[in-house]
Amino acid sequence: MSFARRTFAVVWKDVVVERRSKETVTAVLFFSVLLLFVFEFTLGGDRDRLTGVLPGLLWLAVLLAGLLGLGRSFVLERDNDCWEALLLTPGDKGAVYVGKLLGNLLLMGLVEVIVLALFTLFMNVDVARAMPGLLLVLLLGTLGIAAVGTLFGAMTAHVRARELLFPVLLLPVLVPVLLAIVKSTDALLAGQPLGSVDHWLKLLVAADVIYVVAGLLTFDVLLEG
Amino acid sequence: MIGLTTSDPLIQVSGLRKAYGTTLVLDGVDLVVRPGEAVGLLGPNGAGKTTLLKILATVARPARGTATIAGHDCAREAERVRGVVGLLAHGTHLYDDLTALENLTFWTRFAGRRPDPDALRAVLAEVELDDCAEARVRTFSAGMKRRLSLARLLLGQPRVLLLDEPFSSLDQRARKWVEHYLEGFTAGGGAILMATHALGRELDVATRLVILANGRIILDAPRGALGADEIHRLYALHTEEAS
Repeated sequence: MSFARRTFAVVWKDVVVERRSKETVTAVLFFSVLLLFVFEFTLGGDRDRLTGVLPGLLWLAVLLAGLLGLGRSFVLERDNDCWEALLLTPGDKGAVYVGKLLGNLLLMGLVEVIVLALFTLFMNVDVARAMPGLLLVLLLGTLGIAAVGTLFGAMTAHVRARELLFPVLLLPVLVPVLLAIVKSTDALLAGQPLGSVDHWLKLLVAADVIYVVAGLLTFDVLLEG
Repeated sequence: MIGLTTSDPLIQVSGLRKAYGTTLVLDGVDLVVRPGEAVGLLGPNGAGKTTLLKILATVARPARGTATIAGHDCAREAERVRGVVGLLAHGTHLYDDLTALENLTFWTRFAGRRPDPDALRAVLAEVELDDCAEARVRTFSAGMKRRLSLARLLLGQPRVLLLDEPFSSLDQRARKWVEHYLEGFTAGGGAILMATHALGRELDVATRLVILANGRIILDAPRGALGADEIHRLYALHTEEAS
């Protein structure tokens, strides 16, 4: 119960702070829209080319916008040395990790809703027919990205070259997740059934479990520095 | 606090050494602070005051020697130490975009307790911030933030306060308030270790003065035995000798 209360406290605090400052949401939304404009201008009305590269573009937009948010998730704790106060409050520090992870999932979920809506609007792509399966891939993929992103966000929060180091550390670790989500999305948007991508979904589930457990096990050590 | 009597030391430091790279910051520090004592820790910049506080607060680890708070080892029993110690550091430990009440609500929840808005408002009243309960911390003056930081510490009901420059950025009224609060804290059986540069009236809170220079304690004397001029003379004498 105490762990749940601590986790909820972190999520509640991050949501309230973000709702008031709007720093991360504004940056992420602006970046997503900008990316879509670039994609639209590059591909124009070429439907064949668009169909081929759509899964990659979709996840590229989600990933790049997500990187902005994930990298900033612990910057808030750096201000006024709140990180120190989190450390000095007795109790399981894993709650900070889970709370930040849930906050990042909320943020990335918001990004995905907007990116999907903009893709549908700008590129005239029908994602509705692939929706139940695509939602599952989005959920599993986002969990994997957020799990590693939250951990590395904490790891690099106090590093001077944070903006450079964060993606350099994160992206190689995310290769299995990125591979699985792009391949699954490609198949689902092409109209294949969910059963045809079950091997990719298994990989995503395995990666998610490993990343979340690794985050929970190492976060205490990370916070203690 | 198993097995502790009311006269057992709340802070006990023995042979403490700490180095950052090749720079030795603490070089064999010994210190005992008992319940009801407020120790003023004086020393020039780089003397090791903040490092000593951080080791006692379990933020940093010593290279050698031991430090205990209420009988718990700061390095090996960090979580137990954190349950009885409160650190007022340079950072406010507050979120600027939350209100005063929301900050206290967050830290109460994060400590695993259910927040009671009336009790939290009473704590805010204790630090004379009840009128600003719904105002964002971003709009607070430095003194108000300092008082809210103290209110945050009160939530944990610590027995030991570690204070780093507690009077910085405070006006006369706020200083008096903090002095009054700290006197009440020691009268209730708590112990205070207070690092400061100030050699003036702020030291009236202290029952003992300790001068730290070049990582060593070079003076440890009861506050009552020293007048204001004497403190200035000894501080200048010992810190110049040490350097």
